[in-house]
Amino acid sequence: MMNLSEPAIAVRDLRVVRGGVEVLHGLTFEVPRGQVTGLLGPSGCGKTTLMRAIVGVQIVTGGQVTVLGRPAGDPSLRRMIGYSTQNPAVYRDLSVVENLRYFAAVLKAPKSDVDRVIEEVGLSSVAGQLGGTLSGGQLNRASLAVALLGSPELVVLDEPTVGLDPVLRQELWRLFQSLADRGVTLIVSSHVMDEAARCQRLIVMREGEILADDTPHELREHTRTTDLEEAFLRLIEERTAA
Amino acid sequence: MNPAITLATARRILTQLRHDHRTVALMALVPTLVIILLYYVIDDQRSFGAWAPILLCVFPFLVMFLVTSIATLRERTSGTLERLMATPLGKLDLLLGYGIAFGLMACVQVAIALTVSLTWLEFDLAGPLWSLVVIALLNALLGTALGLFCSAFARSEFQAVQFMPVVMIPQLLLGGILVPRDQMATVLEWISNVLPMSYAIEGMKDVVIGGELGGEFWRDVAVVAGSALLALILGAATLRRRTP
Repeated sequence: MMNLSEPAIAVRDLRVVRGGVEVLHGLTFEVPRGQVTGLLGPSGCGKTTLMRAIVGVQIVTGGQVTVLGRPAGDPSLRRMIGYSTQNPAVYRDLSVVENLRYFAAVLKAPKSDVDRVIEEVGLSSVAGQLGGTLSGGQLNRASLAVALLGSPELVVLDEPTVGLDPVLRQELWRLFQSLADRGVTLIVSSHVMDEAARCQRLIVMREGEILADDTPHELREHTRTTDLEEAFLRLIEERTAA
Repeated sequence: MNPAITLATARRILTQLRHDHRTVALMALVPTLVIILLYYVIDDQRSFGAWAPILLCVFPFLVMFLVTSIATLRERTSGTLERLMATPLGKLDLLLGYGIAFGLMACVQVAIALTVSLTWLEFDLAGPLWSLVVIALLNALLGTALGLFCSAFARSEFQAVQFMPVVMIPQLLLGGILVPRDQMATVLEWISNVLPMSYAIEGMKDVVIGGELGGEFWRDVAVVAGSALLALILGAATLRRRTP
């Protein structure tokens, strides 16, 4: 079922218009399987729209998005993709366990998955608490836990580490890496540059365009800086100079 | 559509309600309290006998309409709907899940109101009890279905609540409660003919007056059930897997 030779995601000339304005201007790139790919860029650069297009919930104006060998949004993909939005999409009037039990039933994931994902995101101590009583970071992790239910081949996470303390962030990045080691493809968006170093591949975006699509190492070489924040600035300078 | 997912959805909605005691209490008790109030306001057994079934008809519809439209709106705004639309859940799984969960709540509501009316308030029902329950439940289902449909056109809770009088009051005014339908101006009678509540009220009247429940009663039941089904399908059409 897993064909490692073909990319997990292939995007060709993707255009998206939202509210009469084109927000993605013909993106073309590929995402390799079994790696953590970071989607970086400032707020409003189109990261979320791109992720929505990959998951298949975004109306696209033009271009093709192929996910795991099928067109994005194909019904057969719905059980193979774990997706967590930027705003935690969990029921505030249900406990963490109740939320996960419901989504596990919808995804036809085994019941034992509920305990596993709660453990993985470190919410065991508040598992019985209602969503509405959790802190922002906890709620975010509850939402992330839903995306890990079942055994998705592709996990799309929109800003999963916002508002988390450094220890938790490190733990989550370790979790992402261990998933990738098992062959899962992850796309993780972030506007924090220091998270970029933890990815195997980086797609740097700005104003609906891709500035760079490289490994962190190549990106550093290319921009002749060790700091990714600096690299980002160089990329923008290059663009405006060209 | 998948029965296991539909039932899981219904169970999830009931669990949400279980955490919200006040809403459950309001849903279960308000109709009964209003009927009791009506009983003492009218203070006349015969007029009460004419009004009580109308309340039994209107309330399940009203409450289910409100609760469903707010609940689905919350589902849209909180992002859980988008998440569900990215899963194998079918649109009808969600709608029927709401229908089942709130339908059960309607059962509780009608059961309490009927028990109090038939015992304490000595409400006299000529027709069989089950026929009244059928009408009341169909109304609740219609309210759920229309609530789902209308919530698609509301951007905020403010708007959603405002849809209630829009949907409700014309149906009450034209439903033959205040003025018999055949005494209305022709145009109004035509409008009345296409509003599902008119048939629910007529069916309810048949049950109260009693006698044989003939073809007309079943026609009314069929119209209300058909309207609920139509609203459910329209509601499903407003759910989109892909959004702008």
